[in-house]
Amino acid sequence: MHTKRLLTTAVAVSAAALLIAACGGSSSSSESSAAPGGAAFAGPVGKGEGQLNVLAWPGYAENGSTDPAVDWVTPFETKTGCKVNVKTFGTSDEAVKLMQGGGWDVVSASGDATLRLIYGDNVQPVNTDLVPSYADIFPDLKMQKFNSVNGVAYGIPHGRGANLVMWNTDKVTTPQDSWAATWDPASPYKGSVTAYDSPIFIADAALWLMATKPELGIKDPYALDQKQFDAAMELLTQQKALIGEYWSDYTKAVDAFKSGTTSIGTSWQVIQNLASADGGKVMAAKAKEGATGWSDTWMVAKDSPNINCAYQWLDWIASPEVNAQVAEWFGEAPSNSKACAMTSDKTFCDTYHAGDTAYWKDVYYWNTPTANCLDGRTDVKCVPYSDWVTAWSALRA
Amino acid sequence: MTTTTAPAGLGYRHPWIRIVGLLGAPLAWLVVVYLGSLAALFVTAFWTVDDFTGQLVHTFTLANFREFFTNPAYLGTIARTLSIAICVTILCLILAMPVALFMARVASDRWRPLLVALVLTPLWASYLVKVYAWRAMLQPEHGVIAWLLQPLHWSGPGYGYVGIVITLTYLWLPYMILPVYAGLSRLPQSLLDASADLGAGNARTLRTVVVPLVWPSIVAGSVFTFSLSLGDYITAQIVGGKVTMLGNVVQTTYVNNLPFAAAVATVPVIIVLLYLAAVRRAGALDQL
Amino acid sequence: MTMTRGTKALFTVLALVVGAFIYVPLAIILINSFSIDRVLSWPPSGLTLEWWSKAFQNEGVRSAFATSVQVGLIATVIALVLGTLLALALGRYRFFGREAISLLVVLPIALPGIVTGIALNNVFTTFLGGLTLATLVTGHATFCIVVVFNNALARVRRLGVSVQEASSDLGAGAWTTFRLVTFPLMRSALVAGAILAFGLSFDEIIVTTFTAGPGVTTLPIWIYQNLFRPNQAPVVNVVAATLVVISVIPIYIAQRYSNTDERGAGLL
Repeated sequence: MHTKRLLTTAVAVSAAALLIAACGGSSSSSESSAAPGGAAFAGPVGKGEGQLNVLAWPGYAENGSTDPAVDWVTPFETKTGCKVNVKTFGTSDEAVKLMQGGGWDVVSASGDATLRLIYGDNVQPVNTDLVPSYADIFPDLKMQKFNSVNGVAYGIPHGRGANLVMWNTDKVTTPQDSWAATWDPASPYKGSVTAYDSPIFIADAALWLMATKPELGIKDPYALDQKQFDAAMELLTQQKALIGEYWSDYTKAVDAFKSGTTSIGTSWQVIQNLASADGGKVMAAKAKEGATGWSDTWMVAKDSPNINCAYQWLDWIASPEVNAQVAEWFGEAPSNSKACAMTSDKTFCDTYHAGDTAYWKDVYYWNTPTANCLDGRTDVKCVPYSDWVTAWSALRA
Repeated sequence: MTTTTAPAGLGYRHPWIRIVGLLGAPLAWLVVVYLGSLAALFVTAFWTVDDFTGQLVHTFTLANFREFFTNPAYLGTIARTLSIAICVTILCLILAMPVALFMARVASDRWRPLLVALVLTPLWASYLVKVYAWRAMLQPEHGVIAWLLQPLHWSGPGYGYVGIVITLTYLWLPYMILPVYAGLSRLPQSLLDASADLGAGNARTLRTVVVPLVWPSIVAGSVFTFSLSLGDYITAQIVGGKVTMLGNVVQTTYVNNLPFAAAVATVPVIIVLLYLAAVRRAGALDQL
Repeated sequence: MTMTRGTKALFTVLALVVGAFIYVPLAIILINSFSIDRVLSWPPSGLTLEWWSKAFQNEGVRSAFATSVQVGLIATVIALVLGTLLALALGRYRFFGREAISLLVVLPIALPGIVTGIALNNVFTTFLGGLTLATLVTGHATFCIVVVFNNALARVRRLGVSVQEASSDLGAGAWTTFRLVTFPLMRSALVAGAILAFGLSFDEIIVTTFTAGPGVTTLPIWIYQNLFRPNQAPVVNVVAATLVVISVIPIYIAQRYSNTDERGAGLL
């Protein structure tokens, strides 16, 4: 009796105290401004602060720890004196959460994270005048819907790529050019198919429906009304029976493809590069039905204490030489047009269609689904990302 | 001659001063830091998240709980996680008994410290590495188990529910062996002799004398195997294939939707609290 | 229960089987740390010492190890202080709330690590603005308290109160009694508790991922990040094998320090 009361009182008191503090503390953050994130750094970019905390997609900020010969972070540290601390994340959701937690200066955000970061007040606008390399970025990457708001730029484009269908050649003997084997209920690879473990993968299901069920009328895989969304979720539920493992840690995907635990599935070029470099028999290709993809942007955290180092990094990573290195290592098209002359493989830009606008026509960059349909439809409401998250979580349960 | 014993005297005459003095710091830590953060977390279970920005919206609602408990997929996850935790506990007990009996009753006194050290040593090999080792062992083609089972033309259980149970059993086994061993070693030989004198065979003695007396220790051990399994998510990620446990649901949803994750997290907390309450009845809390 | 030859043999065999179950995976880790293959395959196609030499030169490992040791030591010290205070209070005095407090102390370990993790993470990121080394140490200290507490409590109960009463009767103040009488008697239990607490903190991954700041990499975090990386995975095996080998020392010390009837009990 007494013990219960004591415990209950203690809990209630601390809960009340925290509630009051929480309510008091959060009211200030619910305002939104026209240009979220405040004003951009006016510059000029001065001496570095000696430290830079980088949140990056795996493969974007290599410092020699994956492969001693692959390192563009150490030269940056030597040149600027900014000691770099890199943390990689597996999904955009992780990136958003980490940014919200604070402590990071720059982040490489895909289109399904950028808007959330902007409107969540986690990043500041970027003064592109302070980034000399910006001038050479491909024009069709600048000031896009996902990296700018009301004419204000929020980052420097990094590169773009498509999600590929990848297969282990020991298990899958015929070269693949379609997603069919990953969706077909009668797939011969049942039990060893893989898929990307993130709610954004629902767009891949929508993409397949675009090709196989045109009567649903899906035009943009990120703009799904309830009926289209339900169809996509049904397809994913069906696919679950084929799945061996879902992946979000790219190294686990490398391991799975290499060892044959996974025969076929959605993947990134860098995974195939790493697997093959280690003797794995893995091939990848862009599917003919089109693909989801990404166009990433380097963004600067709001209130970053290392603002000079941050801008130096932006210029470094977007410079032709480094952009070429990153693009070749990761296996994506560079964002800097001058990078094409600097790749070690002279046909690299052609292979990756760096300047080929036709190639990117059927690549649907990761984007943030909103209730206002992204494809412009006004007669229906589309399913917002938070519902994507809920549905994906229920699928994976 | 008077020695200044005022503080000691005060504490002696009014023990509660001493108690408060002793308890002040630790309780402040535990209540403010630990209970406080738990309370802050479970308060968010009644809130929601803004659709677009992901910031918390402080309006009271039961939507998270409703969504979680009305979805059969999640109820399935609860059931699956519970069953894994129970299976692991039972398996741990079955494996722990012979070892504990050996250590307490068969091995000579001299060897006991060494045996205890041998049981403790695996705890120091990193949890992650052990799970990864099992991932390698369970691999359907190149794994150790597949290699051993080659003559049977079976690639082993592979990754999934069974893999998770085996791995978790492996991980928590020392947590069951040691309390049971401690309980068995405290068992007076005279009781066992008496049972034999009264004509009971070994099996009967084990069943009717040993187990009931060691029961509190068994329950103490089960607290760890059960609760550690209930909340685990890393093992499921590494050897579970596409199978997920409650911990995975919390881990994936906490990123986007903290209130929902908090609501989900209430389930293992309540289960463990109920388990602890039952354990206290069995008198095992002292054995922890 | 009579220990006939048959029964003894049976238990010995069973114990050996379970012992094999426990040690075979560890042996595999050890063998794999010498394996030439970078992807885990069995049996290994060749043996090499390459990974062992790489591991000792690897800066990531060394700094992660140092961080883990640092965090472990600080957390253990905090846990020692708080755990001892709790044990002294609960072991000697009867007061209402006693059972609630012993339940409270167990909670950080009994409740799932992920719940503790996200709860602390939520508070630290909302109210303290971010995660640092200090937040990590706070998390670790919280669940280490119970380990020290259990060992200390067992000892305090065995000691009883008469020794302190004698000391007070002879004129010693509270602190002097503790310093000269209680602490020396409790010392070995505290050492055992401290070693176990350190071990717990050293290997912890779940709460750590939620409470470690951006630059903080403990050994388990380093392992988690490098488990599957082709270049680093073999080094991870070396690290694990090394940990097992060097852990024999503290375990042996802990065993020697604990009394026979405490051995194995109060483990956690």
